[in-house]
Amino acid sequence: MSRALATRRRRPRGTAGIAEALLWLGPALILILGIVVDPAVALVGTSFGTYSITGLRKGDAGFQNYIAFLTSPDLGKVVWNTTVWVGVVVAMTILLSLGLAQFLSKEFFGRRFVRWAVIVPWAAALVISSQLFRLMYDYYHGIINGLLLWLGVIHKPIDWLGNPALIMPSMITVGIFVSMPFTAYLFVAGLNAIPGDLYEAARIDGARPSQIYRRITLPLLRPAILIGVVLNMIYVFNSFPIIWILNGSNPGFGNDTLITYMYKIAFKSAQHDVGMSAAAGIFNVILILIAVAIYLRFTNWRRRDES
Amino acid sequence: MTSPVVAMPRRRYARRARGWKNARRFVLPIAGLGVMAFFLWPYIVMLFDALRPSGEVLATPPTFFPKTWTGSAFVQVITDPAFQNWLKTSLIVAVCATVIVMVVAIPAAYFTARFSFRGRMIFLGLVVVTQMFAPTSLVVGIYREFYDLGLVNSYTALILTDAAFNIAFALWILQGFFAAIPKDVEEAAELDGCGRLGTLFRIMLPLTLPGLVTAVTFTFIAAWNEYVVALTLIQDDALKPLTVGINSYVTAYQQNWSQLFAASLIAIVPVVILFALIEKHLVGGMTAGAIK
Repeated sequence: MSRALATRRRRPRGTAGIAEALLWLGPALILILGIVVDPAVALVGTSFGTYSITGLRKGDAGFQNYIAFLTSPDLGKVVWNTTVWVGVVVAMTILLSLGLAQFLSKEFFGRRFVRWAVIVPWAAALVISSQLFRLMYDYYHGIINGLLLWLGVIHKPIDWLGNPALIMPSMITVGIFVSMPFTAYLFVAGLNAIPGDLYEAARIDGARPSQIYRRITLPLLRPAILIGVVLNMIYVFNSFPIIWILNGSNPGFGNDTLITYMYKIAFKSAQHDVGMSAAAGIFNVILILIAVAIYLRFTNWRRRDES
Repeated sequence: MTSPVVAMPRRRYARRARGWKNARRFVLPIAGLGVMAFFLWPYIVMLFDALRPSGEVLATPPTFFPKTWTGSAFVQVITDPAFQNWLKTSLIVAVCATVIVMVVAIPAAYFTARFSFRGRMIFLGLVVVTQMFAPTSLVVGIYREFYDLGLVNSYTALILTDAAFNIAFALWILQGFFAAIPKDVEEAAELDGCGRLGTLFRIMLPLTLPGLVTAVTFTFIAAWNEYVVALTLIQDDALKPLTVGINSYVTAYQQNWSQLFAASLIAIVPVVILFALIEKHLVGGMTAGAIK
């Protein structure tokens, strides 16, 4: 106790020694190092080894796993799928959520119930929503075909999840649907943070709603939009259950993204190639880091902080 | 701007704005109903499918409303020992992971919000990076680690993974709240003889209650809904959490969709209630943590 007091007296207010810092941060640090950093290191190690089907290490592989992954005939298609999946889902989610957030932040009767309803797809586990959409998209028994047939829009059922041209749009629709609630709430928080007198001043100056939106709302919402894009990029890239379940009955890798492709190499394919899957995992981690870095660079992430 | 030519359309705009003010009292709630229907209808389909016999779910053509209303799927699921095991796993894992995250993240968030020290930026950088490493991309490494530790097929593996990967978000939210409390509050407490721990527990935590509630809810829900790690690490059916276990109601060999959906609803409802309860803090919590 006396030592702690002495330390505190010697240092200026608000600073602390590294020993005290370790005491407060230690537990968090141990957990992060042990469960996040260590598997990342293990992943690197695994990517340079060869493994038996049961997962026993047989020896060093050098760069063989990386070569096998980068030259695999499916990679081009898988990278293309990933680009479309992430690009379309994130872009549409951001655009639609901007409108939804604008609506949810208006005052009207019953708004609380609308906000609760919007929470539901966010609260439901992705696996559950994916199973639900798998049945709704079903060729014979799905409610979507049932409804379209009943309305007379189509005359024979559509194979949403079996037709190679339709499965990606079908999965993207689900991806947008489940990503919107979180993003909209993030934007509602951003809208609430904009001071009301700014709008009042603009209205007194005779600004039109479209001008107010472009000149006040969008610029001040910029931090929220940046965070929304970055988090959605990470979430959507890493998204597993939607593709895993909706694409579950299709053989091969034709509709896979990098994440499900990586998973199939290790746990589902005939060869159970843990080493090559680890190489794919490293590739994925580096890719998402680069994508986020490019985006942040492109949008001048720090411009506002520095001014 | 004062010339009469420009003033004309502005006055017309003002008249239109007044008309909108009257109309919005009806238009907005009706649009609200539309938005509600859009986000809820898949889950209403789910509820109706859970409330009909399994055979009727696979009828062609499908009907929106059940022809036979029955709660038997719910009864079958609740009395199914396998389902009870999955529910137990989900509860144990989510509660333990949440407790660990709070025990670990509260001191770290408080300390990094209040003090500058060597290595602060390194620590915060590490936390941001963990936010980017979703367990999905590291799942092979996680599997290797727990395989080597002999912890495949254990609650411990799930609890530790869910805790470690959710520290970042909890820390982020809590830090925003701690940073927002004026320093004088603590200085007064310290003058009154509170140590740093005493200040944290007696003064700071009660003031950051909304942040705590938000962090607890987010962590619990993330652990409750986790899928990939559990799918990979747990092969023993009795140890599976709900998200993995319930899928065995619909396989190539049996198609008990109504039971799958009854079980799904039992898994979803507590989470929706939790979320709805903190709906106000959800916006506030994200404002403090994310948008400053």
